[in-house]
Amino acid sequence: MNGKHDITLTINGQAYAIRVEARRTLADVIREECGQTGTHLGCEHGVCGTCTVIVDGAPVRSCLMFAVQCDGAKIRTVEGLADGEEPHPLQRAFMEHHALQCGFCTPGFLMLAVGVLEREPDIGDEDLLDILSSNLCRCTGYANIVKAVRAAAAQMRRR
Amino acid sequence: MAADKTAYLGRSVERLEDPPLVTGAARFVADISFPGQLHMRVVRSSYAHGEIISIDTSEARLMPGVVAVWTAEDIADIGPVDFRADRAAEGLKPYRQPVLAKGRVRYVGDPVAAVFAEDPYLAEDAAESVVIEVEELPVIVSADDPPGEFAAGRGTEAAVMHHSYGDIDAAFANAERVIALDLRTGRHSGVPMETRGAIGRYDAAKDMLELHGAAKVPHRNQETLVRMLGRDPSRVHVHECHVGGGFGVRGELYPEDILVLVAAMRLGRPVKWIEDRQEHLMCANQGREQHHLARVAVDAEGRILGIDDEFFHDQGGYVRTHGSNVANRTMCTITGPYRVPAFRAVCHFRLTNKTPCATYRAPGRYESTFVRERLMDAIATELGIDPIEVRKRNLIAADEMPYTIAFDEPHVSDMVLDSGDYAGLLDKAAAAFGWEALRVELDRRRADGELVGAGIGMFVEEGGRGPTDGARIAVDANGDVEVITGGASLGQGFETTMAQICAEALGVDYRRVRVIHGHTDLIPYGIGAHATRATVMTGSAVNVAALMVREIAIDAAAEMLQTPADELDINDGTVVRRDGPTGPSVTLGEIARRLAPGAAGPGQGDPGQGNPGLAAEGFFTTKDTVFPYGVHLAVVRIDRGTGQVAVERFMVAYDVGRAVNPMMIEGQLVGGCIQGLGGALYEEFVYDEEGQPMAVTLADYLVPSLREAPDIEVLITEDAPSPLNPLGLKSAGEGGINGVGAAIAGAIGDAIGDPGAVRRLPLTPGRVRDLLRQADAASPGTP
Amino acid sequence: MKPAAFEYHAPKTIAEAVALLAEVAPDDGRILAGGQSLVPTMAFRLARPAHLVDINGVDGLDRLYLDGNELSIGACVRHAAFHRPVVDGRLGLLLSSIVRHIAHYPIRQRGTFCGSLAQADPASEWCLTAVTLDGTMTAKSVRGSRTIGAQDFIEGIMTTALADDELLTEARLPIPPDDTRFGFCEFNRIAGGFAVAMVLAAYGLKDGVITRPRLGVGGVEERPRRIPEAEQALEGRSPGAQAFRAASAAAAGAVDPMEDINTSADYRRDLVATLTLRALESAWS
Ligand SMILES: Cc1cc2nc3c(=O)[nH]c(=O)nc-3n(C[C@H](O)[C@H](O)[C@H](O)COP(=O)(O)OP(=O)(O)OC[C@H]3O[C@@H](n4cnc5c(N)ncnc54)[C@H](O)[C@@H]3O)c2cc1C
Ligand code: FES
Ligand code: FES
Repeated sequence: MNGKHDITLTINGQAYAIRVEARRTLADVIREECGQTGTHLGCEHGVCGTCTVIVDGAPVRSCLMFAVQCDGAKIRTVEGLADGEEPHPLQRAFMEHHALQCGFCTPGFLMLAVGVLEREPDIGDEDLLDILSSNLCRCTGYANIVKAVRAAAAQMRRR
Repeated sequence: MAADKTAYLGRSVERLEDPPLVTGAARFVADISFPGQLHMRVVRSSYAHGEIISIDTSEARLMPGVVAVWTAEDIADIGPVDFRADRAAEGLKPYRQPVLAKGRVRYVGDPVAAVFAEDPYLAEDAAESVVIEVEELPVIVSADDPPGEFAAGRGTEAAVMHHSYGDIDAAFANAERVIALDLRTGRHSGVPMETRGAIGRYDAAKDMLELHGAAKVPHRNQETLVRMLGRDPSRVHVHECHVGGGFGVRGELYPEDILVLVAAMRLGRPVKWIEDRQEHLMCANQGREQHHLARVAVDAEGRILGIDDEFFHDQGGYVRTHGSNVANRTMCTITGPYRVPAFRAVCHFRLTNKTPCATYRAPGRYESTFVRERLMDAIATELGIDPIEVRKRNLIAADEMPYTIAFDEPHVSDMVLDSGDYAGLLDKAAAAFGWEALRVELDRRRADGELVGAGIGMFVEEGGRGPTDGARIAVDANGDVEVITGGASLGQGFETTMAQICAEALGVDYRRVRVIHGHTDLIPYGIGAHATRATVMTGSAVNVAALMVREIAIDAAAEMLQTPADELDINDGTVVRRDGPTGPSVTLGEIARRLAPGAAGPGQGDPGQGNPGLAAEGFFTTKDTVFPYGVHLAVVRIDRGTGQVAVERFMVAYDVGRAVNPMMIEGQLVGGCIQGLGGALYEEFVYDEEGQPMAVTLADYLVPSLREAPDIEVLITEDAPSPLNPLGLKSAGEGGINGVGAAIAGAIGDAIGDPGAVRRLPLTPGRVRDLLRQADAASPGTP
Repeated sequence: MKPAAFEYHAPKTIAEAVALLAEVAPDDGRILAGGQSLVPTMAFRLARPAHLVDINGVDGLDRLYLDGNELSIGACVRHAAFHRPVVDGRLGLLLSSIVRHIAHYPIRQRGTFCGSLAQADPASEWCLTAVTLDGTMTAKSVRGSRTIGAQDFIEGIMTTALADDELLTEARLPIPPDDTRFGFCEFNRIAGGFAVAMVLAAYGLKDGVITRPRLGVGGVEERPRRIPEAEQALEGRSPGAQAFRAASAAAAGAVDPMEDINTSADYRRDLVATLTLRALESAWS
C-alpha cells in the first residue's frame, strides 16, 4: 500500500527526480522533497490560495493535487519569477504598492496573477478582480494588491 | 525635507522586509527543518466536555515511523501553561490549561495525546489510531447559561469583576431618560494566513533549549518557559522566524509550544509541529464573544450622566496566558472618548466548553466600542438628536487633556488620556466623508425604496504601554548600521519603521540599517509586539540609542576634523560641516574604525568606558499609555430580497500622533478595517448545542476576499502627538478594526429605519433578513 | 491534514480504467478526476479510499463537442473550458455565466463538469444545470454501458445512481431551441463559496406567451430539482411581473428547504422566492 513512485518534476526549469508516496500532495513535495519553500500552505483544503503554483501553464492549488499526477509536468513557483537579480514586474509592483505585509499570501497571489496575465494579457478589470478573489490575504485588505496587479498588468502589456 | 537625504520620518519609503517575501526566500517556521527532526501530531478531544476514561495508544506505538506517544502521564512533571509573569491572577490559576488534558477534556480540540514520528503523514496516521474513551459531562455553550462545574468544587464562573467610579445610582435617579440595550458580539478571531508552528531543539553540547517559531512576545515567553521548565534563563532561548500575521493570536504560549520543547529534550531530536488549518480554527485563541446588558442615563440634551453595564464574557475551556486581560480592557474602554461622570461595569468571567479565548486585535475594545456606540445611537434616536451632534455633546474636549479616569477599585489602574482633539477629528472626518450631503442623499434613496444607511463608530485606542524597552545600535566599519531590538515582527513593517527612526536620528540611509528582532539570545530584554507597543516603545528606544550614537560620532568627528561639534551634522552617513558640505568630512564607517578597540589616533575607542566602537545602548521608559483615537464612518446598502449587506463606503479617520511611514500606517488601517468587516458581517465561530464547532474549515469560517472588501477611505491625522515620548508616537495597529462593528451596526440600523434594531454581531444575511421582517411587522405600511 | 495512504493507478484507456475500477471498487477504490472535491475530503480524512484510479491521462475523456443536437462533455472536461461560450447561441452564454459561480479560477482549471455531477453536492451549479436542462449521463463499467437521466442520476446529498464500478464517461446537454431564454441567479455569502440557494430558469416565447418553462432550484433541498408548480404558473402566461411573482410564490411554497446552523429553512424559502423572481427577470431582460 505504501508503494512509492519514481517521478520527475520540473520546477522552474530544474528537474527533480524523486521517489514519493502517492498520497503526498504536490505542495508538500515542492516544499519538502524539492526544497522550494516559497510555496506556502495556508489551509490544505483549497480555499486560501497560498499554495498556488503554475502547472503546465495553468495556475492551480498545489494542495489539491498529488505529486504523482505531475510526473513530467512543468511547474513554476515564486522562486522562478525573477530573472536573475531582476525582479519580475509583478514582484516590483508588489513592493512599490505595499501589496504585502506579512507576505505569507504573496507567493500565491504572484503566481495567480502571473498565470492569468500571461494567458490573458488583455483581461478586463472585472474579470481580473474576480480572479484575484480566488486567494485570501488577512493583512492588506486587498486594495494594494489590486493596485499592484493593475500596474504590473499595464507594464506587462507594454512589453 | 525631500532635499535632506536622511529625513526619513514621515516618508512612505519602500519596505526593507519585502525582497525576501516576494522572491520566496523568506523562512517561515514551516520552512525550517533541522537534521533528524521528528514531527509531532496532537490527538485532540472530539467531545466538548467529559471525563477521560481511557486513552489507548497501543496501536499507534506500533505504527511505522512512530518514536513516541505521550499522554498527560508522560509529562506529569510539567505544570499547566502559565500566565505571563506580569499578569499573574492568582484566582484564575486553577483554570489554566494543562499541556495535555488531565482527567477532563473541556472543548473540542483539547490536546489529549501527542504522537512523535519521522514524517507528518505517519504522525497523522498514528494519531488517528489513538482511541480516547470519554464519559460525557454536561456541556455549557454559552456564558449566559447558569455556571456549572469546572472541576470538583470549582465553578465555571471564574471571576466576577468590577470597575466603577462616580455615583452611579444618583446618575440613574436624576436621569431624564434611561436607555437599556441587550447587545452581543460574536465569536471570531485573527485567523492569520499562516497557521501556528513550533520547533523545539535541544543542543546537548551547549545545554541549550531553543524554541523556533516564536512571535509577538519572545521575551515574555522565554520568562514563562524558564519558570515552567525550571531551566536557567540563559539556557532557554526563543527565535522568531518570518511570521505570517499575528493579530494577537499567534505568539502566545500554547500547549504545543511546551510539548515540542519537552519532547526535544526527552527524545533527543528536534521536534517540529505545524498546525493545520482545522486545528487552528478549533485550538488557537478565539475572542470577542460577550453579552452586554448596558444602560445609559442621560439628561434632556442627551448628555451622558452614567453608564451601567453588566456583561457575560465567554472565556471558553480554559484561561490562557493573558488571564482576564480582555475583559479588563473591555471594562476600561467602555466610556471611550466620552465624558461619563459615573460608571459601573460588572463582568461575569465564565468558562464554557468551547475553544479558549484571549486577545484579538483591539482586544476588548472592538467589543466595548460596539456597546458604547450602540448606546450613543440609541440616545440620538430616543431624543431625536443628530448622531454626530449627540457625540459632540459628550466628547471630552481637547482642553481637558490629559484627562484622567480613576476607578474606585484600587487594583485597576487609572486611564490617563494623554492628548487628543476628538471633536476636531469627528469634524474632519464628517467633512471629508461629505456627511451632510450624504444624509440628504440617503434620505432621498430611502424614499425611493432603497435600504441604505450610514453609521458612526468613534473610539479611543490604547497602546505603547510600558514599562521599558531598549535597543542596541552599532555602526560597522562599512558604515552599515545594526539595530538590535527586543521587538517582534508579525508582518506589520517593524523593521522598516525602526530603520526609519534610526536613520532619521542618526543621519543615514534607512536601507543601510539592519534591524534584528525576536531573538532572546541577542538581547536580554524586549517587550515584543503586542498591544501595539512596538512603534511607541521600541521606536522610542531606537530613537534614544540612535541619538547617543550620533553624539559619539560627532564628538569623534570633532576631534578628527578639528572642528567644534556644534558645527557638525550627519548627512547620508557622513559627518560634514553644517555650513558647507564641501568642507572636510568623515564617514560613519571611518569613525567606527577609529573607535574600534585597539585603533590608534585621535578619538580612539576606550573600551573601559562602556561600549567600544561606534555603538550605544538606549532605553525608553514610561509608565504611561498613549491613546490614539479614531472615527469610522460607513454607508451600507441592504438587499431586501436576501438580507445581504453591501458596504458602499467606509472611512477610517485616525490620529496617530506622528506617522513614521504613512503608507504602512494606511496599510495597517485598511487591513484592520477589512478584518473588522469580517467580524461584523461574515466571520463567526458557531457551535452547536453539544459544543461541536461548526466552523473548522475556511469554507465555513468566512474570511473576506477581495470581493467582500470595499475600498476604504483613509484620513490620517497628526493633530495630537503624544506628549509622552520624544517623537510624539502613538500607534496604528488597531485603529482600523476598533470601530467597524459599531459603524456597520449603526449603518444597518439606519438603513432599516430602526437605529436600535441591531443588537448582535456578526450581521449575517439571515440575521439581517430577520431584522427586516421585524421592521416590516412593526410598520405594516412599508413595502 | 494529510491524506491517508492509497494505491495510485493511472490508466490510459477507458477500457483499462473500468477494468481497474472493477478490480479496486470493492476495496473502496475511486475515480480521481479534478480532485477539487476529493482531495480536500481526503485531507480531512473524511474519505480514505484505498485506491485511486486517476482518469486525467485517459485518452478521449477530454472531448467537448456538439453531437447533433447535444453537447457532449467528456469526463475530463474542466470547468474552465466553459469560461468562453462552448457553443453558439444562448446555451453557450448561459454556461459561461454559470461557471463563474463555481469555486475560483485556479480550482476551475482542474475541477471537471462530470466530477461535479459524480460528487452530487446539493449546491453544485452543474447538477442544477443538468437537471433543469434534462441532461443525460453515460456510465460505463466492465458490465456494459448505460444512460441515466440527470434527475435519476442525482439521488441525494452526495449520492448518485453510479455503481461503485461505474465510470461516468460523459454528460450530455440537449441544445435547447434557439428562442430559449435563460436566467440564472445564485446567492452565496462570499466569493467562490457554495450556493446557499440558486435558481435556473428557462423558457421560450410563442405568440407573446411563455412556453416550455423550466424552473430548477438548487442548494435548497437535498438535490436540485425542477419545480412543476412554478412552471405551471408560467406556462401560457405573458412574461412580466405578474407571472414572475406567481411563479416565485409557487416555487417558495413548493420547496422543502434544508436547514443548518447558519441558515433556517424559512430563510432559504425566502431566498427561493427572491432568486426565482430575479432569474425570471434576468431571462426576460
Ligand atoms: C474552495 C472550493 C470551492 C468550491 N466551490 C464550488 C462551487 O461553488 N460549486 C461547485 O459546484 N463546486 C465547487 N467546488 C468543487 C469543485 O467544483 C469540484 O471540482 C467538483 O465538485 C468535483 O469535480 P472534480 O473533477 O474535482 O472531482 P473529484 O474531486 O476528482 O471527484 C469528486 C468525486 O466524484 C467522483 N468522480 C469524479 N469523476 C468521476 C467520474 N467521471 N466517474 C465516476 N466518479 C467520478 C470521485 O471518485 C469523487 O468521489 C469547490 C471546491 C473548492 C476546493
Ligand atoms: S493551502 Fe492550498 S488553497 Fe489553501
Ligand atoms: S500579507 Fe499577510 S496574508 Fe497577505
